[in-house]
Amino acid sequence: MTVPSLGPRGRIGPEVLGLLGFLLLVVLVFGVAAPRFLTAANFGSIAFQLPELGLLTLAMLIPLISGGINLAIVYTANLSGLTLAWVLNSYGGVDAGPGAFVMGSILALGVGSLVGLIEGLVIAFSGAHPILVSLAMMIFVRGLGEYLTRGGDISGFPAFVEPIGHGLVAGIPVPLLIFGAAALAWHVLLSHTRHGFAVSMIGSNAEAARYSGLHVRRTLVLIYALSGLMCAVAGILMLSRFNSVRVGHGEALLLVTVLACFLGGVDPFGGFGRVGPVVLALVILQVLSSGLNLLGANQHLSTAIWGLFLIAVMILRTLAARWRGRSNRKEI
Amino acid sequence: MARLLRDYPTESKLLAVLALLFVGLSMASPSFLGLVNLTSLLNNSAVNVIWAVGLLVVLIAGGIDISFAVAASVIQYGVAYALEPLGGGNWAVGFALAIVLGVALGWINATLVHAFRIITIVATIATFNAFFGLLMWLSAGRGIYSLPSWWSQRTLIWEHQTADGTWAELNLAVGVMLLCMAATWVLIRHTTIGRQLYAFGDNPEGARRLGIRPGAMWFIAFGWMGAMAGIAGLVQVNITREVVPNALYGRELDVLAAVVLGGARLGGGRGSVIGCLLGVLLMAVTQNGLNLLGVSPYAFKMVVGAIILVAISTSNVELVRGRPRRART
Repeated sequence: MTVPSLGPRGRIGPEVLGLLGFLLLVVLVFGVAAPRFLTAANFGSIAFQLPELGLLTLAMLIPLISGGINLAIVYTANLSGLTLAWVLNSYGGVDAGPGAFVMGSILALGVGSLVGLIEGLVIAFSGAHPILVSLAMMIFVRGLGEYLTRGGDISGFPAFVEPIGHGLVAGIPVPLLIFGAAALAWHVLLSHTRHGFAVSMIGSNAEAARYSGLHVRRTLVLIYALSGLMCAVAGILMLSRFNSVRVGHGEALLLVTVLACFLGGVDPFGGFGRVGPVVLALVILQVLSSGLNLLGANQHLSTAIWGLFLIAVMILRTLAARWRGRSNRKEI
Repeated sequence: MARLLRDYPTESKLLAVLALLFVGLSMASPSFLGLVNLTSLLNNSAVNVIWAVGLLVVLIAGGIDISFAVAASVIQYGVAYALEPLGGGNWAVGFALAIVLGVALGWINATLVHAFRIITIVATIATFNAFFGLLMWLSAGRGIYSLPSWWSQRTLIWEHQTADGTWAELNLAVGVMLLCMAATWVLIRHTTIGRQLYAFGDNPEGARRLGIRPGAMWFIAFGWMGAMAGIAGLVQVNITREVVPNALYGRELDVLAAVVLGGARLGGGRGSVIGCLLGVLLMAVTQNGLNLLGVSPYAFKMVVGAIILVAISTSNVELVRGRPRRART
């Protein structure tokens, strides 16, 4: 199988321009078709819905760039949410103070990172494929969560948790602020640090990276630990959005996060991928879904359209690469 | 024996683990080795094994498929609707329909992979979302419960009354499973096409230069996967006696884990039918054993996940010293 086009790697590049074009097209079509589409209320609801999927997508992004994958993200988020819920409940549930929330959140972040860390250690030291390792981790973490909760959900949290999922600060939804900060952190991490460089190099060619003196194993462990950390952030947000924790919340998002990354131009073979286009892809997916919703379609039709949209984009990219290849040859 | 160990290292280890599990469980629980329990183990694993051998062919060719379980649901609906104008049909018509629909869905994936050069995991995640979303939307989440009698009637291929009066029985799915395993074994071990699939999965460029056509390989692999998805979907209805759109959702990852545990390599070129059977059985026997030992059902998945994690962290250790490979999934 031949390697598909990696896409341009300029500073902005047609990747972002193409996605912006798509976004504009989608907004125009729905703006005409659905009268309530171009309203503040609609964009407000998009801004509240985007961050859950967004944070999970960030958790998926770094492993994908390194040429791996983390299939355990949703259940890692659930387990982290459970940790926080457990701490809150053991400090009086509805009466728990902010101190309990801070401690619970730190523990939740710790649990998420620990799950990722174990995954990273197994991947780095066994040489097994990340699909298999994260799949096993997914089955294990889901089982652990189901065992602890007996398949039920945990609720009854103090009132100050609610604004995290539903509040506004200076007119901007709090979840969006959290997602913005996380995306910015991920962008800096990937584009401006040694670790981010190492992630791309490993994704391009792990063997060459090792011979170049990169500490491949340490980088791999860090990749999955960071992915787990981001899952924990998503888990805490989901806790306050739903005001409850259940193992299985958001499980349908797993493959959507992969879809969003590929749509955002992440190379399926690893090595290339940036935060900006992925965020843009997320916005497109969410706008598509809310527009279809306003037209009376349900979530399932949105899922189908997301899939078909990914197919269309990949086909267009292939055709564009072929066309570019042909015109390049003519120039020579 | 030495040759077996060398050629099938993963399969041999898996067999040893399974044998240990059998010995341990038969000592811990007297009913484990009973005919009733063993046959129900086979009945419950049959559908997964059929999918597993289909997925095996795609994995050998160097691809991966996420869409087969929801494709099976789509096929169940397709067959149920197609049978109405046909006046109910029978098993032969059912199998023919399921295979034709399955191959058609598989070829959608093959087209995306070959004609548009989309890598298999991206293509099948996209079709997974498209198939499932469209199915849930068109069916509005409603199941079908009035099925032709041949389809929903319990069909046994073997039964035997044990000494304490309970019946041990094998249902149709087990027979179909054996046929699918045999067919896949013949395909990948005893035909030129099969050898080409291994060669193509191991080194696509090398295989292409030898004159193997990549397009043909993808259409054969995904076609076979689709046919197996359809057959498994058909016999699964015979067990549950209903068609529900989200019944099979999520099964794909369990099957994938079992097949890879059974020695198939993500990246292509390796894997065997017997490994698929052992992988599925290991997961089924573990759950069955925990059940007999009185462990809470909520803990099953946790233990299965832990076993796979331990298995990969220990069994792959030697493979690291071999030639490092980049997976092409």
